[in-house]
Amino acid sequence: MAVCIAVIAKENYPLYIRSVPTQNELKFHYTVHTSLDVVEEKISAVGKAMADQRELYLGLLYPTEDYKVYGYVTNSKMFRKLHNSFTDVMCNPFYNPGDTIQSKAFDGMVSVMMVQAS
Amino acid sequence: MMSPTQWDLPPELCCRPMAFVALTGLDVTYNAIHRAIWDAFCANRRADRVPISFKVLPGDHEYPKCRTKRTSYEWYIPKGILKTGWMNKHLNLVPALVVLFYELDWDDPVWKEKQSECATKVEIVRTSLQGRNTKVAVVLIQKKTPLPPGEDLVASERAASLCNACDLSGKSLFVLPHTDHLVGYIIRLENAFYEHAQTYYYTEIRRVKSHKEFLNKTTHQLLFVRHQFKIAFFSELKQDTQNALKYYRTAYSLVHELRTHETNMLEIKTMAGFTNYKICRLCFQHNTPLDAIAQFRKHIDLCKKKIGSAELAFEHTAWMSKQFQSFGDLFDEAIKLGLTAIQTQNPGFYYQQAAYYAQERKQQAAHMCAHEPVGSYPTPDPLETLSGALDFYGQRAWRQGHQSIDPPDAEKEKVGIQALQVKEKDVPHSELIIALLSNAVAQFKKYKCPRMKSHLMVQMGEEYYHAKDYTKALKLLDYVMCDYRTERWWSLLTSILGTALRCSYLMAHVKDYITYSMELIGRASTLWEDQKSRIEKNLIKVLMNEVPEAEPDCDPASAKAAQALWSDRVSLAGSNRFTIEVQDYVPFVQCKARFLSPSFHLDDPVQLHLYLKADCPHPVRFSKLCVSLSNQEYNQFCVVEESCKSQDILEPLSQENMCLVPGKTRKYSFKFVAKTEDVGKKIEITAVDLMLGTDNGRCVLLNWRGGGGDAASSHEAIQAARSFRSRGRVPEQHAQWDTVSIQASTMIISRVPKISVQLSHKPPALSNEMYCICVSIQSNEKTVAKDVKLTAGLKPGQDANLTQSTQVTLNGLEVCDESHPALLPDIAIGDLQPGEKVEKSLYVCCVTTGPRIFLFHVAYTMTTQAEGTDITCKCHKDETVTIETVVPFDVAMKFVSTKFEHLERVYVDVPFLLMTDILSASPWPLHLVSSQLLLAPTMVALDEPQSQVEHVVLQTGECASECFSLQCPPVLNGTSSVASGQYLISWKRKSSCADAPVVTTVVTLSHVMVETIPLYVHAELPSFGRVRESLPVRYHIQNRTGLVQDVEMSVEPSDAFMFSGLKQVRLRILPGAEHEMLYNFYPLMAGYQNLPLLNISLLRFPTVSGQLLRRFLPSRIFVKPQGRQAEDASIAAA
Repeated sequence: MAVCIAVIAKENYPLYIRSVPTQNELKFHYTVHTSLDVVEEKISAVGKAMADQRELYLGLLYPTEDYKVYGYVTNSKMFRKLHNSFTDVMCNPFYNPGDTIQSKAFDGMVSVMMVQAS
Repeated sequence: MMSPTQWDLPPELCCRPMAFVALTGLDVTYNAIHRAIWDAFCANRRADRVPISFKVLPGDHEYPKCRTKRTSYEWYIPKGILKTGWMNKHLNLVPALVVLFYELDWDDPVWKEKQSECATKVEIVRTSLQGRNTKVAVVLIQKKTPLPPGEDLVASERAASLCNACDLSGKSLFVLPHTDHLVGYIIRLENAFYEHAQTYYYTEIRRVKSHKEFLNKTTHQLLFVRHQFKIAFFSELKQDTQNALKYYRTAYSLVHELRTHETNMLEIKTMAGFTNYKICRLCFQHNTPLDAIAQFRKHIDLCKKKIGSAELAFEHTAWMSKQFQSFGDLFDEAIKLGLTAIQTQNPGFYYQQAAYYAQERKQQAAHMCAHEPVGSYPTPDPLETLSGALDFYGQRAWRQGHQSIDPPDAEKEKVGIQALQVKEKDVPHSELIIALLSNAVAQFKKYKCPRMKSHLMVQMGEEYYHAKDYTKALKLLDYVMCDYRTERWWSLLTSILGTALRCSYLMAHVKDYITYSMELIGRASTLWEDQKSRIEKNLIKVLMNEVPEAEPDCDPASAKAAQALWSDRVSLAGSNRFTIEVQDYVPFVQCKARFLSPSFHLDDPVQLHLYLKADCPHPVRFSKLCVSLSNQEYNQFCVVEESCKSQDILEPLSQENMCLVPGKTRKYSFKFVAKTEDVGKKIEITAVDLMLGTDNGRCVLLNWRGGGGDAASSHEAIQAARSFRSRGRVPEQHAQWDTVSIQASTMIISRVPKISVQLSHKPPALSNEMYCICVSIQSNEKTVAKDVKLTAGLKPGQDANLTQSTQVTLNGLEVCDESHPALLPDIAIGDLQPGEKVEKSLYVCCVTTGPRIFLFHVAYTMTTQAEGTDITCKCHKDETVTIETVVPFDVAMKFVSTKFEHLERVYVDVPFLLMTDILSASPWPLHLVSSQLLLAPTMVALDEPQSQVEHVVLQTGECASECFSLQCPPVLNGTSSVASGQYLISWKRKSSCADAPVVTTVVTLSHVMVETIPLYVHAELPSFGRVRESLPVRYHIQNRTGLVQDVEMSVEPSDAFMFSGLKQVRLRILPGAEHEMLYNFYPLMAGYQNLPLLNISLLRFPTVSGQLLRRFLPSRIFVKPQGRQAEDASIAAA
């Protein structure tokens, strides 16, 4: 189960970020932000080699001592659910691409995927 | 450098173990030869030399005593895993080999005495090494170069004798001739030493291994670890790193099999750490970095939870931190030796984790050493030992060698822990953390992790903040803040700003305090409203020159000190005016300025709107707003100023003009009339300044460069442009902030002219004619248009050749020449009253054909009013027209014979005709005034040539022809090309007025070939014949040569004629003479009839054929039918 889920715009700012409320939110934000280094590197490396067959799943971005950060995780269909929900958000005619996501449905989906705070 | 701490790994663990060989008998201080030998051993120990550490020891040096060998382990209970002195002992104290250097030549005169002295020295060394397996070797330093082995019988005999005396094997006796090749000998020697050392370590390994059979698993668990570690260490000394790694791995797993309890946890972790270090080091050395990483991960996983005593939890984190740090060091060292690391696996992560544990340690230390009644350091010092050091690694000083589960003395234990806690309080934690973080920063910088680097720098900044070094903290935070701002990670930016605000508060840095506050209450801040409210209130206090409230979470003592600093600032006069460039921040007031139009006419006032919006929780009152423009003279028109009292700042009235209500857009309009000299120039907004506070309190100028905007506004503008909301209709008065775009510059353009310029002309222009363009200018102004000037002619900027081939004049009565310009500038027209109209005719002469653009530029000045002031405007209107120039007519000419046959060439003194055709190409009727033929001297007219086309009018496509009879005088060389002359045609447009100038077009006639012929024949005959009536024909034959010519003539019979005369004759013609032949032809048939052919051949000129000569003669004649006599007369009359 996830402790933090973030959707990042292509300009690298967060469209959506939520973490389990019990822990230091800021720490997760920093973790997500620093993992963008790896995303950027991976995307630029792939971009050079084979732009067409770009694999959406970036895999394990980097291991921290306590958590594993994945980019576009597919295991347990977790990401597919998130992606579908994100697609729904994008399809909303009232959503302006690039704005932060404020959607109850998306919130709900993310909540299901997160570790439930006991 | 910090002094080594308890947690640093001992240097003997971290070094590369090398075989230890002691050299004795060398006097390196006083004996130059010995010194040279020693230097040869020490100097240049590169990688290609055997790994030995040499030491010079005196001959009677006392080596560490060897304990009596244990015969049974039955009653032996080990007190610890590894003695602290053990590694050092085998690295530096117990040699693998002792070498005795002795000066002795084979032929020494006192050989016997020397031999026994040497034997004594060997014996002394042997005694000192009692019980050890250390080998002894002897090196004889000799002055003479030895003979090849076997040749020197004395040498071999004496060597054997010496070995016997010293109880040495032959392999342990060496000879070192002190000659030129010292280094070579030394290298051979040390290789031999190395072999001895290896044998020694091998036996040591065997010795330790042999203990194993005596051990039992219940009481000797510690020894299992110890022995494996020792075997591994000896293997390293033996340079057998593969086996060393194997034994260290065994030792490592044995460490974790030990029974753990609180009292031995530290010892186990220490040994695990040592062994792990050795394993990782060897893995990197073997170039298997993944093994090293895997081992380290395993190590951390196994040890992470082994915290040990809860009261000393900080010890565990300190140890963890050290584990990560030393692994990072190993990793980094391996990279320096050529290993490649990657972004996601580099030493930085280990340093970062080390820093993380160091931070944990600091927190635990603060926690444990604060709430416990730690008190003062206990006496006597429980950490003091007799030797000053511990016997075993990782044990407690107050209960060394104790291995049972419970501490022997609870009181001693308590005091010991207290001592450790007191000591921990003095550890410079922040310093440690910052050092580790900066190590990590250096690594992440190298491996392209800018965000990780920033994150670590934030942590460093925060650590400096905790260490109360606010200046350094701010420096770091300021450095990374803009990265987070440009990446729009507002939550992180807010957190950093919070720390920065606290720093600036604690230092009472007013400007920084204002800068950070202003961003924290702005739209980029993710703070809650109540927090923002608190900060804004503090900001207002600062503006009022009061002391702000302390930031929460500040250390109370520091906050108190800060209050004092602030009070000093308040009392300090001056330096109360701050300008803050807000462009690169996200301040709480947003600003956008726009000119209403990208250009303004001079007579329209320039309009500028300035929009302000506050994002803070409470309304703010400002005292001045001014816009700076590139022409500073206009600045005075773009100011809003209203001084305010303190009360206004504290409780601004929201309806007031100078008050910004949160979330509401406020618009300020400015208007000014541009200066005449700014026409054609750009006016730019260079800055917008918003003054907060008062002149007598503190005063802060928020300064935006250009037309406003800040670090976040460009992205917001893009989003707004994409948004569906922007497409909706918005009432003008509620202009939505997002829809306002910045327009920071405008152009001043001249006033729109109210004048009409009309052109009338008849295109196309004919080349060389004086083409008339009529310009009519009419003023539609309401006042007098003064000083009207017309500039007319070829528009500049076209092909340069056009300037040469175009002339313009106002005088249409004479044809232009090249002295006339292509453009007539500033033709004065005078003043034009409202409605007045003026006409001007312009004559253009275009020499070449093709299109040309003509410009008619009318400029004038007039006075008008804008915003109640008179302004003088310069207006101008441009009209352009493209005019095509065409040729008026085409002239064709040809030479024909008198028989109107086309002539390739003409003959000397033979008449011919020149025919000219003038074909009109003009769409307008042309009046040909006259034409003239100017003949070249090589041609003469047979009669006075007169123009045959005078006053002919040619319509489009019509053709006028003329014909001239000419003859060429004799030429030199028989044949040559001669000029014909020129043909002049004078013409004008039919439509032009009578006094319009006549244009003369000159056509150069083509050259023609002239040929001299030797014989000329021409016939004289009536214009027609009549059937059955005599037709006399006279042929004249001229000899045009200087010679007598024999001519043969014959007339061929013809069906149409009978004739009389000489049918065939041969005659002679004298030079220049002419012969006449008369024939009487008698036509037999009517109609065009071919005359009987006259064949002439010149005997001297066979080339001159009858055919050529026949061209001069008529070939046929019209024969009329025989008529009645009466009709004859009527025909003749007709």
